[in-house]
Amino acid sequence: MTDKARRAAGRAMSERDARRAIDAVWRIESARLIAALARMTGDVGVAEDLAQDALLVALERWPEAGVPENPGAWLMATARNRAIDSLRHREIAARKEEELGREVELRSRLAELDPAAAASDEIDDDLLGLIFTACHPVLAPEARVALTLRLVGSLSTAEIARAFLVKESTVAQRIVRAKRSLAEARVPIEVPGPEERERRLAAVLEVIYAIFNEGYAASVGEEWIRADLCEEAMRLGRVLAGLMPREPEALGLAALMELTAARFPARTGPNGEAIPLPEQDRARWDLVLIGRGLKGLERAEALGRPLGPYALQAAIAACHARARTPEQTDWERIVALYDALDAISGSPVVRLNRAVAVGMAFGPAAGLELLEGLREEPALRGYHLLPAARGELLERLGRDEEAALEFSRAAELSGNAREREVLLARAGGRR
Amino acid sequence: MRVMAIVKASKDSEAGVMPSEEMLAAMGEFNEEMVKAGVMLAGEGLHPTSKGARVSFGGDGERTVIDGPFAETKELIAGYWLMQVRSFEEAVEWIKRCPNPHDEPGEIEIRQVFEAEDFGEEFTPELREQEERIRARAERNQ
Repeated sequence: MTDKARRAAGRAMSERDARRAIDAVWRIESARLIAALARMTGDVGVAEDLAQDALLVALERWPEAGVPENPGAWLMATARNRAIDSLRHREIAARKEEELGREVELRSRLAELDPAAAASDEIDDDLLGLIFTACHPVLAPEARVALTLRLVGSLSTAEIARAFLVKESTVAQRIVRAKRSLAEARVPIEVPGPEERERRLAAVLEVIYAIFNEGYAASVGEEWIRADLCEEAMRLGRVLAGLMPREPEALGLAALMELTAARFPARTGPNGEAIPLPEQDRARWDLVLIGRGLKGLERAEALGRPLGPYALQAAIAACHARARTPEQTDWERIVALYDALDAISGSPVVRLNRAVAVGMAFGPAAGLELLEGLREEPALRGYHLLPAARGELLERLGRDEEAALEFSRAAELSGNAREREVLLARAGGRR
Repeated sequence: MRVMAIVKASKDSEAGVMPSEEMLAAMGEFNEEMVKAGVMLAGEGLHPTSKGARVSFGGDGERTVIDGPFAETKELIAGYWLMQVRSFEEAVEWIKRCPNPHDEPGEIEIRQVFEAEDFGEEFTPELREQEERIRARAERNQ
């Protein structure tokens, strides 16, 4: 290699390194940056544009000049200056007195802002406000997910599209429309007041859990993308739990995701087949996540308020996490937790799971009796886990022929090829 | 990915000198930042090696226990963070923001943690089983 070529290669290398360093800074700073800009401008779309502008300037300058000492403050100052510039232009163009007044006021607020000196609780409030806005009920569920990943998770449109296996243009459109809807509905970017808080928090938790489940429901082949999605959801969950440490459900959701993800390493066999919980090798469970999940749940319980659906599900997951062998599982406690969950949710799926737990705690006959009551449940019609659970309990009662019938019915209803195989094998009497 | 950031020891940390109040406050702030960002999974400081020991393995399978303290201060470990990040660079960027843990020049080393899939084909059933035994033991000892 000639010296010239080596120098060129060295420069290309450092540009790539700079790009990666900028990505990392962006990952750390962008949510806070967008949150502060959103509060000031009152518009998440404008805020994101300004933040993106600042990022472009960074991409231009940092490879030459190096990453500044305090990159967050640098980005903030750059975005603010851009905002002031564009407002100045708009002021010149503005005809209406009222509009002019508003923009002058905004400009002076921006000018007062010291990017390096924002107080920590102010940043927290901004970020929480941004999260609540991205998950606002005026938006369609998939728009909330996309906007949250984009604004709070700092994922690119392409990354979101890849994770959800949809076209990039679809995601881009979703985000554009979502921003427009928020602006049109004049949604204030703030943490909702006490009267709205519970309902709005539920919407936020739902979005984060939906992201997690998208990853959790991973099928083979795209697993690596989906594991990333679970990690993203866990990160968002931890951010929210950190911002709302007195909300048992925020702590509960973070714990639920960590306790569930702790089982991932044991969840699939060498050929990618799903391994059901009782057959999982518990030595492969992730002890770091179990430790964190149990601690988080403890903190939620210590708040002394009745547990909501996420904390209850976390408590059920904790019963499994604490059991070193399947036999050590505290099924009676799981039944009690499902009772509490059923009282809140009234969901037939919860009652189905409760019946399975009863079958484990008090014997297959007791479980089967409860399942009998669910057979006419319209919401469970076509749900393969109902006949699968019946098959399981019938088998334990030694009623093999009836069990085989249930397993083949479950196989018919299952949408997953691998699962169907397992169920058919059981229907054939092979375990 | 998971990354471990390893704080190297200093003369003071090896002498058992506790960090100043100022340092504790700064470090607490940094920790809080990482927790709030959902990045920090765990992090702890270690007692000096005067309270530690090494088990040395001879080629013939012989084991010898050597009590601390140990000499090569700059190579010793004084603490660690376990982080969940999207890229290695993100971990580097976080650690660049960490206050210097000591009153003298020092280093924090950043390393990616192996996860089962990193082993790929090399991770035979025998090795897997072995790893499981280790994990099971660690679990019992919790």
